[in-house]
Amino acid sequence: MGERKTVRQQLRLLPVVPSVLLILLFLAAPVLWSFHASFTNAALTGRNARNPAWIGVENYARLLSDSAFPASVVLTIVFVVASAVVGQNLLGLLIAGLMTRARKPVSAAVGTAVVAAWVLPEIVAAFAAYAYFSKDGTLNQLLGGAGVAGADWLYAYPMVAVVLANIWRGTAFSMLVYRAALADVPQDISEAALMDGAAGWQRLVFITLPLIRSSIATNLMLVTLQTLAVFTLIWVMTAGGPSNASTTLPVLAYQEAFKFGDIGYGTAIATVLIVLGLVFGIAYVRLLKGDKR
Amino acid sequence: MHRPARILVALLSAAALLATAACSAEQPAAENRTLKIVYQKTDSFTALDTLFKDAKKDFEAANQGTTVELQPIEANDDDYGTKLALALRSPETAPDVFYEDTFKVRSDVDAGYLLKLDSYLEKWDDWKLYNEAAKAAGTGDDGGIYAVPLGTDTRAIWYNKKVLEKAGIAVPWQPRSWDEILDAARKMKAADPSLVPFHMYAGKATGEGTVMQSFYELLYGTDSELYDQQEKKWVIGSQGFKDSLTFLKTLYDEGLAVTPAEALDANVWKKVFGEWLPQGKMGATVEGSYTPSFWQKGGNYEWAGYGEDMGVARFPTQRGQEPGGVSMSGGWTLAVGADSKNPDLAFKFLTEALSKKNSLAFTVSGSQIAVRTDVAAEPEYLAANPFVKDVSELVSVTHYRPATADYPRISVAVQVATEAVITGALSPQEAAEQYDKTVRDQVGDAKVLQK
Repeated sequence: MGERKTVRQQLRLLPVVPSVLLILLFLAAPVLWSFHASFTNAALTGRNARNPAWIGVENYARLLSDSAFPASVVLTIVFVVASAVVGQNLLGLLIAGLMTRARKPVSAAVGTAVVAAWVLPEIVAAFAAYAYFSKDGTLNQLLGGAGVAGADWLYAYPMVAVVLANIWRGTAFSMLVYRAALADVPQDISEAALMDGAAGWQRLVFITLPLIRSSIATNLMLVTLQTLAVFTLIWVMTAGGPSNASTTLPVLAYQEAFKFGDIGYGTAIATVLIVLGLVFGIAYVRLLKGDKR
Repeated sequence: MHRPARILVALLSAAALLATAACSAEQPAAENRTLKIVYQKTDSFTALDTLFKDAKKDFEAANQGTTVELQPIEANDDDYGTKLALALRSPETAPDVFYEDTFKVRSDVDAGYLLKLDSYLEKWDDWKLYNEAAKAAGTGDDGGIYAVPLGTDTRAIWYNKKVLEKAGIAVPWQPRSWDEILDAARKMKAADPSLVPFHMYAGKATGEGTVMQSFYELLYGTDSELYDQQEKKWVIGSQGFKDSLTFLKTLYDEGLAVTPAEALDANVWKKVFGEWLPQGKMGATVEGSYTPSFWQKGGNYEWAGYGEDMGVARFPTQRGQEPGGVSMSGGWTLAVGADSKNPDLAFKFLTEALSKKNSLAFTVSGSQIAVRTDVAAEPEYLAANPFVKDVSELVSVTHYRPATADYPRISVAVQVATEAVITGALSPQEAAEQYDKTVRDQVGDAKVLQK
């Protein structure tokens, strides 16, 4: 009886096999290749292009002495915290909360507007953001109409511009997650709290937020990982400049690997990026586990 | 389709396939062979596309059974280099014939991407017509020749005569030192503050343009150099390097060049050629001998009056020291891939593409400086634009980049130094120190010469 059950259980895993294979092929294999390459001096041209040699941790040692590297780790964390953890996450929660109270047409209109930025292909969204923030762009024309002289945003405040652009582009995802989560909050608990005389903020902090805690953790994990990998948006808007002022790790990795032809060093940076993703990921998993206790 | 019909079709196709295979086995000469050709094409640069399309037509007609597959890559110089290198990394994707920047020849030879052409060139009569400097452009570290140049170029100061005259500067203008450039630029600024008096590229965004059309004109006019050819070492700590950065800083700080923000836009050159010079909003800039190609009929920024309004001057040395001027030369070549399955045919195609007829057409439409003596003697070449003679004469004071395998990274280090200086991130002294450190890290202490 027990044996038959395990066989059936194993058979139940069968449909999962193709997707696992695909993941291994397209995700794990490149990650492993990249990890391996980071210990070599592989290059696009020159002697090491076709016969790269194993150089151990040399690339990682070089990272530590490279002045551009710590700056770009900080910029990456700033970018993730400001645009994903704070920006997309809080704004998404706020919009979702307001939408549950708004009238249907208003809520539908807001939802469409927010989702529009999200469904645009990344390259199109990036050019739209570039056109918006550039010196003669939409933002400065609007400001000019109001009699205010705008700055050259992409040059003077590149990080602010890319953070705002990423919030604009990504908030829809958080909004959709929180719309679903809030819809699942049982009405009667809120009503009971209301009867007990709980104020609006008290109901939010003591009832709603704890109830959607696992959604918060899941959402944070997903938007963080997405934002860590953002490349096109930054590349199109500022190309990491001026003077590396908006060079996050993906931009730095691309520059080193493909512009300067140093693939080994570029993949070492990519490995650091993966580690950073793991650190954030573990933090959120802890958050999720705490929920079940 | 009915089932029996389907089977019949399948059988017939299989039979046809077998028949073709059998034929080709008997007659290897008629075998279908494909040559893959990779080159660069942009909106503003179609001369090469025309050349290859013509060559393909003639070559396929003369070599039955051969297919020439053109694979233009639409990208700027930097991205083209990256895409080409990625294609060359694997024998499956490597092209048979490709367009290659002279300064990448040596590092790509080191990587094993290029086929040595010496034995082929011996049997090619036209090779004798190439001038010696041009032959050197395709030479690898081992002295063998790996690439055949299409043309070369020089750099000069291009100025708008009307703008200079308005500021009371006599034309034709020929500054004798850096100070004379600054004097003239300040006069122009005083006459019209909305002008960009004297622009020179800086920063990473304009890539190789930053060093070729700006920094090296400065550095090679000092008593320092980038690379010591005798010692085969990279020079660091030189006064000339700092002076060159200081000159750029002066241009940008005093508002004589474009704003730093504009300089860090990769498309700034489009405004230089397309708007500022033609509209008289820029006094002068340092640009290549190919400049007229943008303004000629059919060019990207057609400007009928450029022949009268524009003037050319040689870039002076720092204090007017000998030889009194500086220019930089580069240019592009055609090379055969080391992995080509049909190297003989690929070289044959290369000679077709570089025939006198094709070379002349390309040299004229691309405003190149001819590398074949027979092309250089053609009246059509000499009449291509009003400046051919001026820019060709600059060959006498020109410099070539040290095209070693390390060069591309050194170039980036220089670009980074200029960017740091014009944005005010570092002083010229600090930027030069950072450059020295980068060079040491890149090439190792053994290949560095402290001056």
